[in-house]
Amino acid sequence: MVNMGPQHPSTHGVFRMVMAVDGEVVVDVEPHIGYLHRGSEKLSENELYVQVVTLFDRLDYISNLNNEMVFCRTVEKLMGLEIPERAEYIRVILCELNRVASHLLFFGTFGLDAGAMTPVMYTFREREKIQSMFEMVTGARMMHNYIRIGGVKNDIPDDFHRRMHELISELRKGIDEADQLLSFNEIFLARTKGIGIISAEKAINYGMTGPSLRASGVPMDIRKDEPYSVYDRFEFGIPIGENGDCWDRYYVRVEEMRQSMKIIEQALDQIPEGPTITPTRLVLRPPKGEVYVRGENPRGELGVYLVSDGADRPYRVKVRPPSFCNLMAIKELIKDTYIADSVVILGSLDIVLGEVDR
Amino acid sequence: MVENNSNGDQSPEEMVTLDEKGQFLEQTVPGILSSYEIEIGRSSDTLALIIDSKDLLNIFGILKHDPQTFFDFLVCISVVDYIEYIQIVYHLLSTTKQHKLVVKANLGVDNPAISSLTSLWLGADWFEREGHDLFGVVFEGHPNLEPLLLYEGFEGHPGLKSYPLPEYKEW
Repeated sequence: MVNMGPQHPSTHGVFRMVMAVDGEVVVDVEPHIGYLHRGSEKLSENELYVQVVTLFDRLDYISNLNNEMVFCRTVEKLMGLEIPERAEYIRVILCELNRVASHLLFFGTFGLDAGAMTPVMYTFREREKIQSMFEMVTGARMMHNYIRIGGVKNDIPDDFHRRMHELISELRKGIDEADQLLSFNEIFLARTKGIGIISAEKAINYGMTGPSLRASGVPMDIRKDEPYSVYDRFEFGIPIGENGDCWDRYYVRVEEMRQSMKIIEQALDQIPEGPTITPTRLVLRPPKGEVYVRGENPRGELGVYLVSDGADRPYRVKVRPPSFCNLMAIKELIKDTYIADSVVILGSLDIVLGEVDR
Repeated sequence: MVENNSNGDQSPEEMVTLDEKGQFLEQTVPGILSSYEIEIGRSSDTLALIIDSKDLLNIFGILKHDPQTFFDFLVCISVVDYIEYIQIVYHLLSTTKQHKLVVKANLGVDNPAISSLTSLWLGADWFEREGHDLFGVVFEGHPNLEPLLLYEGFEGHPGLKSYPLPEYKEW
């Protein structure tokens, strides 16, 4: 028996695995989660709708804006609220930028997991630029509370377009650089190719979503399947993998960053003038009813099942976190691999414990 | 039971019209499940079924394998405490046909129990453990219903409406 975590540098948070080993081979693994359980769902039932947005920031703390957007869309759908077009574009631009930031973090830490120390320097340098951009627009590097029910907090700054175009070209260069450094490195390939394979059927059966599922060859992306916001106006591809191994899960994300930047560029060209928020009351009372809204987060499908009884606080908020479902497959993935590979496999799922435990 | 349900479902005049896929399901699902007692409603713009909890495994087996429905993806299992009863809400999706369905089962408040879906979907595992943790719902046939999010030995079920939330205090 080998215990890994909850305070282990490669568990990406507080996560514990108890592995039964035979020599170097893992024969069984028991994952333990819940170290970061804050009862976000229960807390949401006792907060005003506008306050719940801040709780969603703290679920997946690497992609805050995507979380905010899903919750705001849930309430908007329940209320039948129309969003100004400009706000939709701002949301899409920032969410895609957040996706790039999230994947950059994955890129670096995954390199670390596989034993490559340098890529993280490159990707964090790029990610820092995105964080500065967020700070400029939203006022905060993380926990933005920028996307509000009805639109966004305030309009984008005047020189946003110029800065964004600069940022995109810098990111392109940075990602290519990091890509060349790591992706086809022989040692990296040996550590990731053919490791932790999961078939498409198994992945679907486990409820995996996002890049982890697409790496197994399933072209499932909510932005395409059920276009929300203004995603139907952009041209972008869905990168999929072939083998469903660690390398595929990694490279799907690299390609996704490039697609996201394509979306951002198109959105910057199309963005119309106009208001950025539909004014709503501070104390919202959506009608009685229930709604389930899905959004494509960097890690997969974030779903929110919201039940309202007509009061100023939600009756029930159930979050379907993508990492939670992806992590369930860890048992299957780690079995019969080497202990050293288990770290790479866990890293390739790109989990955020904040949303696993909620 | 239908009367109580007003919490979760909209009244007929407010019903949103279904899209094409939803209408297709509305026509086909009652035929496929004709031997079971089901009630058809809406969950926002999605078709919702309310089923008897004892038919759960059979109905889900049919929904998963029938070529017309082919719901191969279990999206989410939510437990909602309506005080008079507890509702388990299943969100289903078909990855090939891209249609969605909501299935609900109502349970009594005393010792709520329902069959586990782990035999059909491995992904049901942690959702059910969470439901057991936070709401005390027993999922019969689940291989391992140990606490998931809470620590071992935690008393009570914090998801329930009756569980008090500590008063906010300034430190």
